Amino acid sequence: MATKSLARQQMLGRLFIYSALILLALYYLMPLWVMVTTSLKPLDEIYSGSFIGLPQEITFEAWSKAWSGACIGTECTGLRPYFVNSIMMVVPAVLLSTGLGALNGYVLTKWRFKGANLVFGMMLFGCFLPYQAVILPMAQVLGRLGLSGSIPGLVLVHTVYGICFTSLFFRNYFITIPDELTKAAQIDGAGFFRIFLSIMLPAALPIIVVSCIWQFTQVWNDFLFGVSFTSGSDTPITVALNNIVNVTTGRKQYNVDMASAMIAAIPTLLVYVVAGRYFVRGLTAGAVKG
Amino acid sequence: MATLDINRVRKAYGNLEVLKEVNISVGDGEFLVLLGPSGCGKSTLLNIIAGLEDITGGEVLIGNRVVNDLPPKDRDIAMVFQSYALYPTMTVRQNIEFGMKIRGIPAEERAKATNAAAEMLQMTGLLDRKPSQLSGGQRQRVAMGRAIVRHPDLFLFDEPLSNLDAKLRVDMRTEIKRLHQRLGTTIVYVTHDQIEAMTLATKVAVMKGGVVQHFGPPQEVYDRPANTYVARFVGSPAMNIIPGWLLASDGVPTVAFDTPQGEAVVRGVPLSAETAHRFAGRDVLVGIRPEHFGLDPSGTVPVGVDVVEPTGPDTLIVFAAGGTEVVARLEPFDAQVGRQERFSVKAEKVVLFDPATETRLD
Repeated sequence: MATKSLARQQMLGRLFIYSALILLALYYLMPLWVMVTTSLKPLDEIYSGSFIGLPQEITFEAWSKAWSGACIGTECTGLRPYFVNSIMMVVPAVLLSTGLGALNGYVLTKWRFKGANLVFGMMLFGCFLPYQAVILPMAQVLGRLGLSGSIPGLVLVHTVYGICFTSLFFRNYFITIPDELTKAAQIDGAGFFRIFLSIMLPAALPIIVVSCIWQFTQVWNDFLFGVSFTSGSDTPITVALNNIVNVTTGRKQYNVDMASAMIAAIPTLLVYVVAGRYFVRGLTAGAVKG
Repeated sequence: MATLDINRVRKAYGNLEVLKEVNISVGDGEFLVLLGPSGCGKSTLLNIIAGLEDITGGEVLIGNRVVNDLPPKDRDIAMVFQSYALYPTMTVRQNIEFGMKIRGIPAEERAKATNAAAEMLQMTGLLDRKPSQLSGGQRQRVAMGRAIVRHPDLFLFDEPLSNLDAKLRVDMRTEIKRLHQRLGTTIVYVTHDQIEAMTLATKVAVMKGGVVQHFGPPQEVYDRPANTYVARFVGSPAMNIIPGWLLASDGVPTVAFDTPQGEAVVRGVPLSAETAHRFAGRDVLVGIRPEHFGLDPSGTVPVGVDVVEPTGPDTLIVFAAGGTEVVARLEPFDAQVGRQERFSVKAEKVVLFDPATETRLD
């Protein structure tokens, strides 16, 4: 009797948990649903029907328009050139900030110098600096370097801003690698860079993935630096998206807006889908040593 | 192969002095063990010999060459670490070949050296595995293989057995001894385990607080420890240090100490006439190893048995003397707690210490 009621209680509990989870999942998926369905509807259907319903007739017209035909300001090129801009910005920025962060983490843990902790503390401080605080000084620096308004300028900004985070990742990872490994390599005759390239980097694969995902997401999704330091045809995709959505003549083209937003979001989604499990593994890797 | 000379070596981190004037000198092919508790400076000394830490004062000579300013790779040394320090992403073969690769040794020769080392250490089947797929003992072997292929002047071992379980530790100890016999290379070996020191060393340096307390062959360290610290650290159970006094007697140095059952007298302890004269009638510390007691009805030490601990080959008897607990290791006999016995002492093995300085007399 007692066990039976206990089992029923447990089942009720389960039922409650699952229904709550499903409900919340639906709630969170709703905007995505609206985006996908809207982007697949012709404009007339959107204006005549409901936002939520399935499209009566599926068309990819909005997607192709968003990609290559939508007008941004006076140019009707679609998102394509800006997508390329973002790629040109995000690839070097991610590689540079991850590489430099790895080097920093290596020096801060295996070649400790006087004041290493202070340097690390100041780098940590950089993580807490809001974007807005660095915009003005950054603009001055970019101006002096002759990089203002350009994609290389944005690469520099994102690299500098990203180093704080990547250094933190790598420092906390390398600190779990025993110092004796460096000593053994020194006795084997390996120098500073040889140890870094042959021993530390191969062992750091999980955290390299974490750093790349983190930096890719940050840099790709950034709007503020993009809108502050670039203009016209040099802007990254986030800024172009904003211009498409906010600047319209005539009827607001909801289907094109939605398709544009999804095009802008796809690369980060892809990165998570492809490398997501390494992300989780990398974040927990410090706890389990091989 | 080489000699090793450590001359007045000092090491300080700011105001903290971890090594104070260390002097050690060993000949070619010797097995030097640096023995001491953690924090005594033995690992620091090893790192200084390896060149992994710089030196505050003094000189290190390997094969009569001052190496103070040479980087580790130019010192012709190889080192085995406590955590083995195998490169985690490389296979066993790559681990062993890494150093040779950096020194630019051709692939053919590398493979030959690696296979020879693998054969010597019986790990031919492991060459393509990663360190994470190996057991502790196997990792230990790989670390030794990595050191062997270097053909160094000097092997350095930093507590290499302390991560292994008890049985494996004994096996690997034998293996290291065999390795030393076969290669004949000079070895410096750091440990806190006095049994390892006794079994492996040709010379032991017992360290404490950055100072070498006793440097000599293991049997000498055991038989004639330089001070009470060394006496207590080496040997298990430790040497008994019993407060007593030297009798003013007739040319045969004789010590006495109190027991609850009466006075114990040991005649004929080794002591020079001069020291015997100087300390006549004064307090001394009487050092007696547990195995130098014997059950003897006509013995001169009256004993009230407090605790009996049979170990199999021996029986340990704990009794009180000179206000401390004393352990005797005897052949098994029908020992009863509370019973009175009489023990004799091998007088020629007794070591006397000055109670003021705790150093050995003579």
